[in-house]
Amino acid sequence: MIKNKYNMNCEKTCGGLCCTKIENIGVVYGRSTILKDVNIHIHCGELTALIGPNGAGKSTLLKALLGEIKHTGKLEFLDEKGIHTGHPIIGYVPQSLNFDAGSPTSVLDLFMACRSSFPAWLYTPKKVLKDVEESLERVKVAHLIKRRLGALSGGEMQRVLLALALDPVPDLLLLDEPVSGIDQNGMELFYKTVSEIRKAYDLSIILVSHDFDIISKYADRVVLLNGTVLCNGSAEEVYKDKSFLKTFGMRV
Amino acid sequence: MEIWYRLVELVMPFDWAKADHMYFMKNALLAIILVSFIFGILATMIVNNRLAFFSDALGHGAFTGVVIGGMLGFVRPIWSAIVFSIIFSLGITLVKNKSKISSDTVIGVFSAVAVALGIFISTLGGQSFTKLNIFLVGDILSITPSEIGLLFFVLALVVILWWLLFNKLLVVSVNQSLAASRGIKTFWVEVIFTTTIAVIVTISMSWIGLLVINSLLILPAAAARNITSNVRQYHLVTILISMISGVSGLILSYYIETATGATIVLISSIFFFITFALRGKTS
Repeated sequence: MIKNKYNMNCEKTCGGLCCTKIENIGVVYGRSTILKDVNIHIHCGELTALIGPNGAGKSTLLKALLGEIKHTGKLEFLDEKGIHTGHPIIGYVPQSLNFDAGSPTSVLDLFMACRSSFPAWLYTPKKVLKDVEESLERVKVAHLIKRRLGALSGGEMQRVLLALALDPVPDLLLLDEPVSGIDQNGMELFYKTVSEIRKAYDLSIILVSHDFDIISKYADRVVLLNGTVLCNGSAEEVYKDKSFLKTFGMRV
Repeated sequence: MEIWYRLVELVMPFDWAKADHMYFMKNALLAIILVSFIFGILATMIVNNRLAFFSDALGHGAFTGVVIGGMLGFVRPIWSAIVFSIIFSLGITLVKNKSKISSDTVIGVFSAVAVALGIFISTLGGQSFTKLNIFLVGDILSITPSEIGLLFFVLALVVILWWLLFNKLLVVSVNQSLAASRGIKTFWVEVIFTTTIAVIVTISMSWIGLLVINSLLILPAAAARNITSNVRQYHLVTILISMISGVSGLILSYYIETATGATIVLISSIFFFITFALRGKTS
């Protein structure tokens, strides 16, 4: 009883730490329920890996968190003092842009369009230019500023998108299979950068990935999702869990 | 308008530019400059947001709007056409967003229904269709000074819209989810933009011609994309190509006696093939 009470209290205040709470998220598309009762609780500075088979609703969950699709439940961010600070600032790195590679849009244009209200087609104020250079430098890609988006390699693109997601520094960073189709070196580099940034800014990160090795190396916590949260714990715990073995077709 | 007439007399070395006659040609020249400027601005994002087919369908919707206006006995069916086009574009955007049907199918369905409905109504009771040919081919020479005033007004609106909305549109064109993560209401951005295209296509239809209006909205931007690598160059080159094609097409069509809209489109298509050959020389 006492323990229960303590837990409830902890839930409310995040135990005095800053955290992000995903509460009872549900998504219904047409007649099919994609997600139901998803509850995840993330402390700042933690990297939570979201795993699950194809069609488990991983990307749908991210889209619900972004507010792009209709959903029930809510997303809450609480700072150190446990005061409700409402909806978190979210940084998002998409799986792939799937955009028109012929588009005459430079890295600078994209940044300016995202972070400035001054029209990108007119001209770039000096201050904006300096800020964009700084945020690109954060992930060491300042040399790409004038490059056309379609002319970036997969690895360069992901780093540019990471820089964009970190500007302004978010409360919650969502990475949707950020390294699919990138070579080993590019992948290592990407995750090293993510780790550094996580430490530097005390960020909460949700990473969708299929790479269990990478996950055990970088994730503090693993959430197995298939319509709802099946299992939640450290990588070792989850990898041993029945639901994990069952979901991925291994013998118990 | 007087200032404009004087200016044309001074600058243009043509017979029709001489003082005190051929006002319709001078009106048309000013109109084409305004229209091609507006089209150039909008074209950049129509092509970037892959709305080429959509704007084509809007022309059909606008035509049906004119026919319906005519049937209801409006003196100026253009206003009913604007209303109908807006409803038409909202319909496409809504169905596209609320269903999983691919957008080209949705647009195809709406477009086919609009054209069929337009022809059906206009030929009811054995009426002749030929009176509507003007909307198919267009006649810029018929433009009046008050309509040019309307164009100035539209241009001002488009520039304001572009000032406020362009950045958001650009992010949406790159990635919807990314735009959502930036707090952009992607659906409303799309609605505002498509409504604007609907209005512009509708009011220019009777001057440019339904059959070629979409090419005029697409070609300059498509040409500019071949040789530009950032948004600023893209706008500059698109608007330049659009205006050069517009003005030279008008003047050429006067001397060789052809339909203006089609002549302009042919000239901008030449720009497209030239830039296509040049492409790859810029990064």
